[in-house]
Amino acid sequence: MNQMSNSHFLSGNEAIARGAWEAGVHVAAGYPGTPSTEIIENLARYEDIDVEWSTNEKVAFDVAYGACLAGARALVAMKHVGVNVALDSLMVTPFSGVHGGFVIITADDPGMHSSQNEQDNRYLAKFAKIPMLEPSDSQEAKEFVKLAFEISEQFDVPVFLRTTTRTSHSKSVVTFDEPSRQPPRKYKSDPAKHVVPIHGKRWRKTIEERLKRLAEFAETFPHNRVEWNRKDFGIITSGISYEYAREVFPDASILKLGMVYPLARRVIEQFCERVEKVYVIEELEPFLEEQLRIMGVKAQTDLVGKELIPNTFELSPDILRQTLLGTNGRASFESEISIPPRPPVLCPGCPHSGVYFVLHKLKAVVTGDIGCYTLGALYPFNALDTTFCMGAGVANAFGMEKVHRATMGKKLVAVIGDSTFLHSGIAPLIDIVFNKGISTVVLMDNSTTGMTGHQQHPGMGKTVKNVDTYAINYEELIRAIGVKHVSVIDPYDLTATERAIKEAMNCGEPSVVISRRPCVLLPEEKAKTHVPYEVIDELCEECDLCLKIGCPAIGGLDSIPHISKERCIGCDLCAKLCAFDAIRPIDQAMAQT
Amino acid sequence: MTSNRSGKNLLFAGVGGQGILLVSELAARAAIAAGFDAKKTEVHGAAQRGGSVVSHVRFARKVYSPLTPAGEVDILLALEKLEALRWAHYVREGGLIVINDEIRVPAQLTDKPVEYPQNIEEFLNGKGFRVVCFDANSVATQLGNYRAANTVLLGAMADETGISDEHWMAVMKESLNAKILDLNLRAFEKGKKLSLESQCTNVKLQTSSNR
Repeated sequence: MNQMSNSHFLSGNEAIARGAWEAGVHVAAGYPGTPSTEIIENLARYEDIDVEWSTNEKVAFDVAYGACLAGARALVAMKHVGVNVALDSLMVTPFSGVHGGFVIITADDPGMHSSQNEQDNRYLAKFAKIPMLEPSDSQEAKEFVKLAFEISEQFDVPVFLRTTTRTSHSKSVVTFDEPSRQPPRKYKSDPAKHVVPIHGKRWRKTIEERLKRLAEFAETFPHNRVEWNRKDFGIITSGISYEYAREVFPDASILKLGMVYPLARRVIEQFCERVEKVYVIEELEPFLEEQLRIMGVKAQTDLVGKELIPNTFELSPDILRQTLLGTNGRASFESEISIPPRPPVLCPGCPHSGVYFVLHKLKAVVTGDIGCYTLGALYPFNALDTTFCMGAGVANAFGMEKVHRATMGKKLVAVIGDSTFLHSGIAPLIDIVFNKGISTVVLMDNSTTGMTGHQQHPGMGKTVKNVDTYAINYEELIRAIGVKHVSVIDPYDLTATERAIKEAMNCGEPSVVISRRPCVLLPEEKAKTHVPYEVIDELCEECDLCLKIGCPAIGGLDSIPHISKERCIGCDLCAKLCAFDAIRPIDQAMAQT
Repeated sequence: MTSNRSGKNLLFAGVGGQGILLVSELAARAAIAAGFDAKKTEVHGAAQRGGSVVSHVRFARKVYSPLTPAGEVDILLALEKLEALRWAHYVREGGLIVINDEIRVPAQLTDKPVEYPQNIEEFLNGKGFRVVCFDANSVATQLGNYRAANTVLLGAMADETGISDEHWMAVMKESLNAKILDLNLRAFEKGKKLSLESQCTNVKLQTSSNR
């Protein structure tokens, strides 16, 4: 094991955290979002870094950038759509530059594994006119964070580091280095540079000049590197696509670009001159290819890109083989035997189930939001009419109300989770009050950020480092906004939930129902003793009403539903639905074993 | 040291919450302990809300893509039968598929109940795979906790990886907390034994509490 002593098996996200620490980052901020979440979680383990979960990505960006202007090395981490939230701030920073190094991590999600859309944030580097590095594996992720800080300070500019789901969540071997931690630089007030609306014009041309210098830097950047091999065809690639290209074309010459913006033009031209045919292999959009074509880069015979390689969903070695070699890998056995899909579902005992059961029953028009509770759109609840992005649902409901107030006004309900409400649900709720709406908001308070795996938020009374802090009082906050009709229910109490939501929908003024019960997966909830329930076969009339609560612990292949003793957490929602008293706690003596 | 120096592609499949990521992590670390380069990949987030979960582990002298192409997996470990079927086409002909004899009917998407495919084992046998299927939940329950079913199955595939026992043991001791270590070591051993018996006799294993 001796040779392995400095080898560590890390995900891209863990490696980014390590790299930032080795680079001596002082302040880091973010908002949870797959596939970026573990970066901040891992940074929080270092005692010598000030780390926070911010209320949203724009706040995270502004906090980190403030730290940077004060002289710290600062990092902000978010998923691709998080950068949309922070974009207003991002677009100004090329004007104002940096004091300490500033690195922005964008974790893109090709394939939309856990996202509402697919977007290629490499375009944002070009859009904001700042450089972007793209690692291929965890070792590079660690190294590139350090390089990003250096480039940031050398060129007085924020630097993007872009990962994708496969680099964020793949693990590979990483070698550690000693950290090089310096104290933050001394603060120096510089309004002529940092009061941008007044002085921005002065810096506008600096941005263009800086880009030229960065392009020159890219020509000798060692991570824009050529692996020479056979010359009849070459590949230009970056990021995870490099690994797929290497897998499928082991003997190809490859130009691997570590810096995807701005591009090293001469390096690219020289590579293309020496190979006959060039494949541009990139995941999602033709970001490299477009720039190459605009530059007029020519291969000896042919330059091939998105006319063969799809710009939708994740790339893979299989797709490269199909599209570039015409060889098909083995296909699923679906054509010979039925393989039903297995969609994600709300957990056994999920507090959201109670709310969705009621909303379905009340035939409400429901605008949804981003979180586990988006799963309420699926059978048997089919409860959601819409879901778009963080915080959209509240204002969407009000917009619908404006058009059909007479017929639909008392049917409109926006559902939003606690973390999402604090992220971007408060401003639209103020809008409903301000503009005299009557829509109802159900705040699904499960006391955590559930979807991304239980990150702290301002309603929980704990920071990312688990230090006690003020916990938002939602009732006070909502009343202070001007909502007079506020009620709190336990979603396991279906009768009270139905009564409260009905009252709120009919009250003719802005209303909020707070559905309060912690996520069943929280450690303190799991630690509680649960008595699972069972179906008494002799009493069951096979009406299947119990299945309408959408619990994955009930079901099976028989006509009488079976409750999995291992998975039932004893919430008793199904028992409440049973008209025949056929669902009961299992024998207490047995449950204790 | 390891006798077999060739790399392998492993695939771990199951339902979110079954403990896929723990065993795929152990396998990747065992390969590294044996001196290989290794990569592992899976997707976090939505997939884990009781949905289908898959984790790729590859080890070799040098690994590039963390994703194994379809038809090139040497060993598939499936914690649930339908998930074995869903990912079986990733396995090469003659490859090993180790299956937990557990049925979890997927959530319905419509009023129509899900039709769970029958005879999955026979189907996969007919495709030229070597299939080992047994009720690892019962085995693990007998050993002390049904949650160790994943380690029983890991034991059942361990010999096929070519990674020697010392590395498996070392990695489990290093990665698992003391409270569950003993149970998992026993689960691993039991899985190895059952797999061996199964492959010798090529009959479905009988466990005392077969459902």
